[in-house]
Order: sequence, then structure tokens, then C-alpha cells
Amino acid sequence: MHEMALAESVIQIVEETARKSAAAAVRAVWLEIGRLSHVEPEALRFAFDVVKRNGPAHSARLEIVATDGAAWCMKCSQSVALARRGEACPRCGSYQLQVTAGDEMRVKEIEID
Amino acid sequence: MCTTCGCGQGETRIEGARGQEHVHDHVHADGTVHSHSHDHADPHGHGHDHGHHEHAHAYEHLHADGTMHSHDHADDHDRGHGHGHHDHRYDDLHYGRGPAGAHAPGMSQARMVQVEQDILGKNDALAADNRKRFAEHGIFAVNLVSSPGSGKTTLLVRTIEALKGRHDIVVIEGDQETSYDADRIRATGAKALQINTGKGCHLDADMVGKAVERLAPPAGSVLMIENVGNLVCPAGFDLGEAHKVVVLSVTEGEDKPLKYPDMFRRSSLMLLNKVDLLPYVEFDVAKCVEYARRVNPDIRVIEVSATKGQGMSEWFGWIEYGARTAAVARGESLDALKARLAELESQVAALKSMLP
Repeated sequence: MHEMALAESVIQIVEETARKSAAAAVRAVWLEIGRLSHVEPEALRFAFDVVKRNGPAHSARLEIVATDGAAWCMKCSQSVALARRGEACPRCGSYQLQVTAGDEMRVKEIEID
Repeated sequence: MCTTCGCGQGETRIEGARGQEHVHDHVHADGTVHSHSHDHADPHGHGHDHGHHEHAHAYEHLHADGTMHSHDHADDHDRGHGHGHHDHRYDDLHYGRGPAGAHAPGMSQARMVQVEQDILGKNDALAADNRKRFAEHGIFAVNLVSSPGSGKTTLLVRTIEALKGRHDIVVIEGDQETSYDADRIRATGAKALQINTGKGCHLDADMVGKAVERLAPPAGSVLMIENVGNLVCPAGFDLGEAHKVVVLSVTEGEDKPLKYPDMFRRSSLMLLNKVDLLPYVEFDVAKCVEYARRVNPDIRVIEVSATKGQGMSEWFGWIEYGARTAAVARGESLDALKARLAELESQVAALKSMLP
């Protein structure tokens, strides 16, 4: 359950941004979470609801945009879709894959008043 | 912090640490000082809003083979529903403000502020500080990760005993509670510091940075960081180490690399421990190695028995190679600095000679 630590990092970034922008309140927080990242979105939502209290983001919605996984297949010499780590290349069945997208964990933007 | 899942931050204790914000020191009967910070920001109530769990599209789905997955759903599932993640009707129900899922400025007085920051950015920056410090002092830092009971501490004790006299080995021990592991390491004569993470499930770069300040590992030493026994959470937290080493014992399942791919993907070396027990357990070594290479084609594997000694010399060789590389890199950067200094001095001398 490292999602609690991640949620605390999120709220730090959000509160810092809100302060710099002189926001009265934070309405929504937009995250980009890759499908291959080590984050369980529902656990992150749960943790975010805990850490947001008593701050400017206490009533903020959490919006999670999931990004698809992709990898470079050494055998095919091309980019392929990857739904999960440890899965084979959908074209040739090789495991010689280098993940190129889908492991992002970013705070994209926030909506403030 | 969270009474349901039992996780939380802000309860970390580093042996003997003082001078942090909101720190409360406790002196125990044995003289150990524990200091930990309390989360004042969140003093009351654990009534969570479970609205988010009534999510329109469930994340749990049952596979044909009976396996239940509860993580984010697959692509085709998502597309099948034909809506994006912005379409969350419960927002109005629970918060009653703003247009539902409005994601555009101008629809209200709200403003959108671009952030574009990595969630782990702060940890990564602190890890980079640790890495720089290790490089400057020629310290070879290794982050040992595994599930509980894989034999990490025994492995460390045997390693320290074997390399004693050839290398300074300094140890940081991470556990939720107790200083049992650090005590075992200290019994070998090596310097060790215990970090108790309280409710936390992993070490982070900040904890390690503070521990390194207190331990002050000598130049050219080997720093072994024994992470909290957990194959999930420590994977994402860079500590500034040169390598993650994952320890897997043959009394566990050979499919662990596939069950916990993040950890095996991020590790440079897998130590397959307790191989002396192979005759008594059902564990397919070849299959395990194949699974590990599926998630990490470059992972190196050494089969060891920490208690019987099998394969340990190869593991010691791996450490010695790393320690030497760190020391050489430091020597080279020192040599480069010395050369640069000499060059500047000669320039100063040349400039001085041009003065009237």
C-alpha cells in the first residue's frame, strides 16, 4: 500500500501549486497514471480521500487518466501495445521488450477557484 | 493513519534521530531514543468517503482460468464502454459543486493550472542527492529487496563475516518495528542503523539520506540497505542505490517474478536463496529464471545458500566488482578535478605573468 505515500506526494504538489496560484480552493486534481505503473488506481483514490482533508483540496475530485502501455520489441524492431508487464509481444511472442510508455505517474493539472 | 488498510506515513523512526519538525523523542529503558513525527494535520476521524468505490466500471474481472484481477482494466474493456475517465457522475452526488467532470476553463470561475510534475519527483530528487553523495565518496550502495522471510538478514550477516577485513560494510535496516535486524548486524561488528517505518511499507530516499548522515559510511565502503520485507511497495522508491538486488528463496513460489513484476524488472540481480532446500521443495529453478527474464531480460541470477555457503563466492565477487567500480569512478573524478585544478592554476600563472 505505497499508494498512501504516493497520495501524500500528490497532495504536496497540489497544495504547493494552489498556494503559488493564490487559489481559494482546489476543485479537481488530474493525474496521469500509466497502466504499467505500480499504482492501483482505486487504492490511490482511497488514500487521496484521506490525505486531502484539512487543506485547500479538501473537497477536490480526483480524476485519473489512464495511459496505455507500449513497448519496443527487439525482435520485431517496432513499437507494440503492452497490456501488462511480463506479457509477451502480441506480434511475435518474444519477451525481449523495452517498455516505452505506460509507466507514467504525473500530476497533470489542477482546477482551482 | 488509515484504519482499513493499515498504511500511513509520518511514523518513521530512525534510531537516535533528533531535530526534525514535530518530533517527539521517547527514551526507552535500554537507552534507545526513538523519535517520530505525528501527523497533526489529520487529528480526527477516519470516516472515509467511499463514493469513489462505487465506480461506474468495476476494476475487478474474472478470467477464464478463474484468476481474479483487481487492477486497472484492459484496453478493450475500456474501449468497449465507449467513455473516457472524465465521465464520473458521482462527482455531483458527492460534492455538489461545479459541472460534472468539467475539464475546461471558462465553464465556471474555476481556472485550470498546468502542473506536469512526476508524483515521485521529490523522492527521485532526494535519491539523486544520495547517489551523488555515494559517488563522491566511492560508496557502493545496494538496495536489498524481497518478501519477508527470504533470508536477507542471514545473507547479510554471512556476507559481512566473509568480507570482513577486505571491505567496510555499513548496513541500513528497514523494518516496520523492532531493531532486531540491526542488532544481528551489529553483533558481527559492522556499523548498522535501524529505520522503523511504523505503518509505512517501504524505505524512501529521505529516510536513507538521514540514515546515511548519521552512519557516515567511510569512503570506499559498501552500503547494504535492507529494505522492508515487501515485494510490492519498495519497487517504486529509488533510494539512490547503484543496484536493487532481489532475494527470492526456493521455499516461495517460482512464479513470484510474474506475480510481482515491478520488483524483478527494477532489480539488476536475483539471488535465489536457500538452494540447499531444493531436494525437499517443489521449485523449478529453470522456470523461475525464465519468468524473471520475461519481466527483465537483463537480470543476472546467482543461486546461493546463505547458511550452507553454496554460490556465496559468486555473490561476494559481484559485490567486490561493484565496490571496485565505485572506488575507481571516484578516483577518476578526483583525478579529473586535480587535472582541472592544475590547468586553472597554469592559466592564473600565465595571466599573472602578463600583468605589468
